[in-house]
Amino acid sequence: MAEEDGVRRRDFINIAAVSAAGVAGVGVVIPMVSQMSASADVLAASSTEVDISNIDPGQAIKAVFRKQPVFVRNLTPKEISEANAVPLSSLRDPQTLAERTKEGKENWLITMGVCTHLGCVPLGAGEGENRGEFGGYFCPCHGSAYDTAARIRKGPAPKNLEVPEYEFTSDTVVKIG
Amino acid sequence: MSFPWAKEYTPAHPFMKWMDEKLPVPRLIYNAVGGGYEVPRNLNYFWNFGFLAGLCLVIQIVTGIVMAMHYAANTGVAFDTIEMTVRDVNWGWMFRYAHANGASAFFVVIYIHIFRGFYYGSYKAPREMVWLLGVVIFLLMMATAFMGYVLPWGQMSFWGAKVITGLFGAIPFVGEPLQQWLLGGFAPDNAALNRFFSLHYLLPFVILGVVILHIWALHIPGSSNPTGVEIKSESDTVPFYPYYVAKDGWAIGVFAIAFAAMVFFFPNALGHPDNYIPANPMSTPAHIVPEWYFWPFYAILRAFTQDFFFIPAKLMGVLAMFGAILVWFFLPWLDKSPVRSGSYRPTYKKFFWFGLIPAMAVLFYCGGAPAAEPYVMFSQIAGLYYFAHFLIILPVVSAIEKPLPLPYSITEAVLGKDEGAELAPSA
Repeated sequence: MAEEDGVRRRDFINIAAVSAAGVAGVGVVIPMVSQMSASADVLAASSTEVDISNIDPGQAIKAVFRKQPVFVRNLTPKEISEANAVPLSSLRDPQTLAERTKEGKENWLITMGVCTHLGCVPLGAGEGENRGEFGGYFCPCHGSAYDTAARIRKGPAPKNLEVPEYEFTSDTVVKIG
Repeated sequence: MSFPWAKEYTPAHPFMKWMDEKLPVPRLIYNAVGGGYEVPRNLNYFWNFGFLAGLCLVIQIVTGIVMAMHYAANTGVAFDTIEMTVRDVNWGWMFRYAHANGASAFFVVIYIHIFRGFYYGSYKAPREMVWLLGVVIFLLMMATAFMGYVLPWGQMSFWGAKVITGLFGAIPFVGEPLQQWLLGGFAPDNAALNRFFSLHYLLPFVILGVVILHIWALHIPGSSNPTGVEIKSESDTVPFYPYYVAKDGWAIGVFAIAFAAMVFFFPNALGHPDNYIPANPMSTPAHIVPEWYFWPFYAILRAFTQDFFFIPAKLMGVLAMFGAILVWFFLPWLDKSPVRSGSYRPTYKKFFWFGLIPAMAVLFYCGGAPAAEPYVMFSQIAGLYYFAHFLIILPVVSAIEKPLPLPYSITEAVLGKDEGAELAPSA
């Protein structure tokens, strides 16, 4: 008999019922958690094309990519040499300007306009805005200063401004995303 | 709680007898906030603030339900629906300003309530659970207030949401996916606004539930009092009704005058002009500050400017900010003094008034100031002192200080002598 084996009919029913309830519970939690993730319309491919023909050296513009600002900046030769003169060992997030731009287009610095500290939009892309003590971008929220390669140099931000995926579809058009 | 001298509820009217057998709500009221609840006779005005906090919660729920009747959680119209509530809805301006200033009033009251707990050692045994539930309520209040501030979808709403959800991005490995999960996107947008509205409506009722537990836990040992000496006899107490009901009624009057003055004469004094600019994801306001009640914690967040060993400055700031509140959970065990009230703890009292309170004042001021020197340095020093107070000064001082002699009883503290003390062996 089953009772002599040490497994009673009620034990089996009990364990089976609790297990089924546990699996069902997990099955309900998964959609509950998942529904909060970015929905399909938010994730839907959102690439942005930017016309860069009107950006003179030293100027920058703000474009919109995934509802967040992107800085497209035409660096002057002085700004490029300033960026290249910085020893990598002194950087918090060591990267060269060449690693952050496309080959042959070193003057086009394209980064997210989102401070890596807490997500404010740094100043410096707009006309006449404060570019901070390193001549790149300056975040007014908590004082992070970026250099002319948009690398973090001072303040609480941990990383350089993010370089999004992009390509030059022609000499005057950049496709971001 | 029920002392032997507390009166038993005895329904007189036949209907009340019938009710008492079926659903004894009148009995509960009588024993919890009525003539059957014996309370120390020497409570000072600091003991009114628990009641006032409950009043604030009711004000926020009532005005909030009205606001929700006129609001639409959609980034395209959210800002306009608030403005239309203020300008076009009958009495809409009053409900809006009562709700916005009600949040500030709630925090004023709750900070005084917490201060009372710090000074008089209300967190100590046997009331640890009351304290722990109170800290939970405070955390829920902060979450609710933050999400409520996002709903008008002005510039400060948007950038506040971005900065605060950005805190979660500081967590290693899971930070960025977690942040996107919380927002339902890459930046605050319609998905985030909608879920914030949903949760902003839900959380006050969660708070209400925890408040009931908080009061339940309080009623087991009963209220503490300014001497910190526990109740010994009937002469130490007065019944809650009518004595403290009347005193709380007086507190409502004073509170209502101050609150009405804010709502009717200075409705925007505590707000930010930038939040009357609709949210613009492309442009950050020059000076982002949270609401005043978050300033001390915001100052701690910003105090970390250098990486600390292998921990990035950003993560350190986030950990310290949350740690500044989480340390309160350990207070009942960090404070080793057998004496409850700060009035009888001369050394602790000095550190409290000349150490902790100035440090918190500095943090409060710096949190509202720009992120520049000298405010960052002041925040660092004050923040360091804040943690030192709880983790070093309090345990050490409470273990070594010699407290002042306590009165034999509450009655002796109030009347100068207690007949019970003369019968008892000298204390």
